[in-house]
Amino acid sequence: MDTILFIVFATVAVVCAFNLVFQTHPISSALSLIGVMGSLAVLYLLLGAEFIAMAQVIVYGGAVMVLFIFVIMLLNAGTEKASSKSWFAQIAGLPLLLAFVAVLAFLIRSALPGALAVPTRAVEFGSWVGGSAEEIGKLLFTQYLLPFEVISILILIAILGAVVLAQKEID
Amino acid sequence: MHLPPVPLSWYLILSAILFALGAAGFVYRKSVITVFMSIELMLNAVNLSFVTFSYQLRQIDGHIYSFFVMVVAAAEAAVGLAIILTIFKNRGTLQIDEVDSMKL
Amino acid sequence: MNINFIVVSLIKILLVFGIFMTTLAYLQWVERKVLAHIQLRTGPLRVGPHGLMQPLADVFKLLTKEDLLPPYVNRFFYLLAPFIAVCLALITISVIPFGPEVQIFGVRTYMQISDLNVGILFFLALSAVSVYGVALAGWSSNNKYSLLGGLRSSAQMISYELPLTLAIVAPLLLANHLSFRAISDAQAGYYLGFIPRWNVFQFPFPQVLGFLIFLISAFAETNRIPFDLPEAENELVAGFHTEYSSMKFASFFMAEYANIVNITCVATLLFLGGWHPLFPAPFSNWIAPLVLLFAAAMCFFQGTQPARKGDRITFPIFGVAFLVLTLIFAVAASGIIPALTAILLAVFWFAAKVGLLIFIFIWVRGTLPRFRYDQLMHFAWTFLFPLALINLLLTALFVALFPGKA
Repeated sequence: MDTILFIVFATVAVVCAFNLVFQTHPISSALSLIGVMGSLAVLYLLLGAEFIAMAQVIVYGGAVMVLFIFVIMLLNAGTEKASSKSWFAQIAGLPLLLAFVAVLAFLIRSALPGALAVPTRAVEFGSWVGGSAEEIGKLLFTQYLLPFEVISILILIAILGAVVLAQKEID
Repeated sequence: MHLPPVPLSWYLILSAILFALGAAGFVYRKSVITVFMSIELMLNAVNLSFVTFSYQLRQIDGHIYSFFVMVVAAAEAAVGLAIILTIFKNRGTLQIDEVDSMKL
Repeated sequence: MNINFIVVSLIKILLVFGIFMTTLAYLQWVERKVLAHIQLRTGPLRVGPHGLMQPLADVFKLLTKEDLLPPYVNRFFYLLAPFIAVCLALITISVIPFGPEVQIFGVRTYMQISDLNVGILFFLALSAVSVYGVALAGWSSNNKYSLLGGLRSSAQMISYELPLTLAIVAPLLLANHLSFRAISDAQAGYYLGFIPRWNVFQFPFPQVLGFLIFLISAFAETNRIPFDLPEAENELVAGFHTEYSSMKFASFFMAEYANIVNITCVATLLFLGGWHPLFPAPFSNWIAPLVLLFAAAMCFFQGTQPARKGDRITFPIFGVAFLVLTLIFAVAASGIIPALTAILLAVFWFAAKVGLLIFIFIWVRGTLPRFRYDQLMHFAWTFLFPLALINLLLTALFVALFPGKA
């Protein structure tokens, strides 16, 4: 059951991510990103992180992406214009691809049993539910209190910044 | 039918693929909004890694980190989209390569 | 995962789904009837006695209508939008508990499809995501009225989600849990033996303010009058669903009613004590049969003075039906069959509270005019949001001051 769920949602995530990169219309890209976020929420549930899974849907799916779609609809952003790329720019991406393939190869090799010094756990749903809202709340208000406060100030600054930018645009 | 449980590294591989796709979108795409969405995709990939490591170590600190990443991403989206709106008002375009008035 | 669990879950899903769909179909009849009586009309009357077959006729009409696909729409998203709207609206009911743990034929089970640890967050997540249905419908229709409707709706739903969420947090502080079942169970019992411990009557700090904020935000979240700007017909034709016809239009309609039922269920669970009765146990058991007996008596009385030709026959038939129901509930109230008592009385109280809230939704629709758009935003951000914050702060203060009470 775990394996089936993982494969299904991992496939959805990867296909949606590809779609994000290769679609030319911003709305299609935005919807693909929502697909990625939704399937990642399911994977978080499989990893026993129920609070993070729900926060993922509420914050990313319900707030951030709604803002994106709102802006796309507001600006009526059309399809991207293809610009002429030089052949050098296309070749320059090659080292990046190679580096990625190398990292992926290493990870796949480490998936084989006994490849890593540290024994990795297999993921079974329900074997560990650490991320309940209660425990996260406890940790957030004791050990991580200072980062939490700092991040609230960050949000305040972001709100002020957004308001200032948007107000300038009206007049 | 009993399938073997999923190895932890599969999650990390998925995270790596998503991150790479996000990076590719970031350099490859021309629309400001899509570039911004690629950044969000990379942040999501990192979050998946955090939660996976958290599972391996049986500690929820990783969850806290990914929660912080989400909050920062939300703040970033608010400011970033306001900037995109301003760019569109001033330049009338969303193509990155057309916003080039600083070029010689 | 044993076979017992699967069978019980399947039965529960079928039951809940069947009852939910019937409720949605008849909600439209109820709304039309109530609105008609508010405006001194009679409402649907022709199809069946008192128009009771009207939902069936409507379903037939919508199914057989021409399914128009305008040539200028963005096809994929145009077809996807009603699907998203209706699916998200129907999923939410799966975390709503309708009653306590019951035992039938030796199987102990909750009267709920699944008891999530993070039920409230699940509800919030789904209601946050459900804006996509409307926004995409507006955008993909490629029509300026639809686009304006979609834009209005997304702005409105984001804005009203804040007071809604802040109003929800206060009962969460009192219950100390995120599961609907635990929150409802925390409201069982009575002060001084007769005042229910519901959150609206909570002793150190009653949540009346929170309940009102929740209700007002709920109107906006479900796009109902007085906040139905996304589909304001005199400005936007029909808003986001202008271009939709046949079953696709029906999907949006069904999603709207499903959202109303969901949000009133959540209001009941968070503020009105869920399925816990208004009075202590021995008295409250007999409320249900008494109400039904009164309904039966009314039917027989109306049958003696018929306003229309068919009433002489139909009213006594309804009266007999209500009498049978009275009998069933009387058996339940007497406690001869414990399982029946637990199920029927819980369902009665839950349905009574939800029904009352839905009636308020319809009543408001029949009474209040529509807001102007700037008034709508102003109301959310400068009045409702600060009020919700004050409510939350006061509740938190009282929870901190009286740690034992909450």
